[in-house]
Amino acid sequence: MGKMSVSLCGIGLDNPVIPASGTFGYGLEFAEIYDINVLGTFSFKGTTKEPRFGNPTPRIAECASGMLNAVGLQNPGVHHVIERELPALKKVFHKKVMANVSGSCIEDYVYVSELLDREDQVGWLEINISCPNVKAGGMGFGTSCESAAAVTKAVKAAVKKPVIMKLSPNVTDIAAIAKACEDAGADGICVINTLLGMRIDLRTGRPVIANVTGGVSGPCVFPVALRAVYQVRAAVKIPVVGCGGVSSAADVLEMMYAGASAVEVGAANLTDPYACKKIIEDLPGVMYKYGIKNLSDINGSK
Amino acid sequence: MKNVIFEIKENFKLANGVYKMLLSGDASDITAPGQFVNVRIDGLYLRRPVSVCDRDGDLLTLIYKVVGSGTEAMSKMKKGEKLDLLTGLGNGYGTGVSGDAPLLLGGGVGVPPLYLLAKTLIEEGKKVSVILGFNKKDEIFYENEFKDLGCFVTVTTVDGSYGRKGFVTDALPDNYSYYYACGPLPMLKAVYKACKTGGQLSFEERMGCGFGACMGCSCKTVTGYKRICKDGPVLYKEEILWEK
Ligand SMILES: Cc1cc2nc3c(=O)[nH]c(=O)nc-3n(C[C@H](O)[C@H](O)[C@H](O)COP(=O)(O)OP(=O)(O)OC[C@H]3O[C@@H](n4cnc5c(N)ncnc54)[C@H](O)[C@@H]3O)c2cc1C
Ligand SMILES: Cc1cc2nc3c(=O)[nH]c(=O)nc-3n(C[C@H](O)[C@H](O)[C@H](O)COP(=O)(O)O)c2cc1C
Ligand code: FES
Repeated sequence: MGKMSVSLCGIGLDNPVIPASGTFGYGLEFAEIYDINVLGTFSFKGTTKEPRFGNPTPRIAECASGMLNAVGLQNPGVHHVIERELPALKKVFHKKVMANVSGSCIEDYVYVSELLDREDQVGWLEINISCPNVKAGGMGFGTSCESAAAVTKAVKAAVKKPVIMKLSPNVTDIAAIAKACEDAGADGICVINTLLGMRIDLRTGRPVIANVTGGVSGPCVFPVALRAVYQVRAAVKIPVVGCGGVSSAADVLEMMYAGASAVEVGAANLTDPYACKKIIEDLPGVMYKYGIKNLSDINGSK
Repeated sequence: MKNVIFEIKENFKLANGVYKMLLSGDASDITAPGQFVNVRIDGLYLRRPVSVCDRDGDLLTLIYKVVGSGTEAMSKMKKGEKLDLLTGLGNGYGTGVSGDAPLLLGGGVGVPPLYLLAKTLIEEGKKVSVILGFNKKDEIFYENEFKDLGCFVTVTTVDGSYGRKGFVTDALPDNYSYYYACGPLPMLKAVYKACKTGGQLSFEERMGCGFGACMGCSCKTVTGYKRICKDGPVLYKEEILWEK
């Protein structure tokens, strides 16, 4: 075991750095510019039963130290992912990938999870019940303990691989929802997805994003994400994946002290396509600086 | 795609609100006219997409209009400063299908990418006509640069303060073998309607990444969904579905 290695739901990772869903496609754009096997793993684009085009454009806006997106889960559908994306990925990525799953009803979550669970390349199922950009489903399932537990239970009953529930910060008590997921059988919790926000273009007086609202991410959400990790860590025993605003090796350590077993990096990949590679390269130096011998020794993570 | 630090060689005002920046660095990933670079600007989170106006070995020319904080910051940069670019983005224009007398139509800051395109077409031995459309006289740039390449150039202004009064579509010649267009959406729509030959049009969209990872810039086409940043920005006429 290397000094950066960690374990996530029983599967070893060479390091805790995981590009977050929606910011890394199905890996291929990044495999063109660096060897993505340096990653712990990555979470692929939120995948649904049917292909989805997503929301009208503009889908992107900027804010101080961050961005908003209202992509609306554009993806080619689970069948295309299994027939085309995974075989293409296999040629360039030799680790288990995290499959990010979305749906607009519980049956769809189960359908997609069942199919991806059978794929050798898939290590974990990350169930997105927190997308703020789709009307039906998405965040709707992640904002009450009952519905979050219902999705967890249904998916868990259908699959063998570890199930990580990805939660929304747009709630009053994120720890309670995490606990409900744990009680329903979840193997891990990922926090956070994006925060609901908006921008207005002063030249037109109208919202920048066609969908009016979008999800805020990037360094501006880091303190919110860190707080969520800390609160969830205190409420559950299962591993927590920290996500939100991470853009440096120091941020990764902060997340781990707050209680994360592994750390996802989202928007940073978009502004610097080498972001995750650099973070991984920087980790040993930053660990040395703070006297950390092994990442798995950090107190916050269990 | 390559991430390269360029050095600013020149940066000056070209016309009202429009600047020209000459940069030096590894431009080897720029392989076709109509591609773009994504510019990192200190203090701003997202990069700014700007078309490649010209590339000559290690020299790269960008022409940009100041519209907001990013382009404003660019206009204040000085010779010798460094600029972090993602280069070689987008598909670019295909020149193989142009026939021997292509027509290039540019509106405002849609004009810059047509320069490297015109240069390429002329190197391929084609007779190139260019129509450059601007709002008014003080916004005009690159008329002489296109002439110096050997293009037949027509300038239009909306207010009639220079050249022909009207839009680029008011100055269409009788004969041309193919067309290439870049400019604001209403112009692209008008060109699409008015020009009957085959053609390629370059589109803009707000971008998260600029290299195909985020699905921020998708559009629907006849042949399915395309990302303006990776599968575009140039679309063939036959593929276009007008939605907006
Ligand atoms: C492929 C492509 C090529 C381009 N080439 C050129 C060029 O050669 N010369 C030129 O002057 N302009 C060009 N543009 C437009 C240029 O990207 C915008 O004018 C610029 O991003 C504005 O940034 P800002 O900070 O000044 O404006 P702000 O309005 O403050 O920008 C806020 C956000 O909106 C985005 N944005 C604003 N306007 C546009 C736009 N029209 N298209 C895409 N994103 C936008 C910005 O990138 C930024 O993320 C191009 C755009 C695209 C997509
Ligand atoms: C463009 C974009 C698309 C996203 N798509 C998804 C998605 O499909 N599924 C999902 O679970 N999260 C999605 N997210 C959320 C991210 O995975 C991440 O939770 C969030 O952006 C916070 O992390 P960050 O601040 O590092 O970006 C998306 C984020 C962005 C910016
Ligand atoms: S801007 Fe990210 S896919 Fe085009």
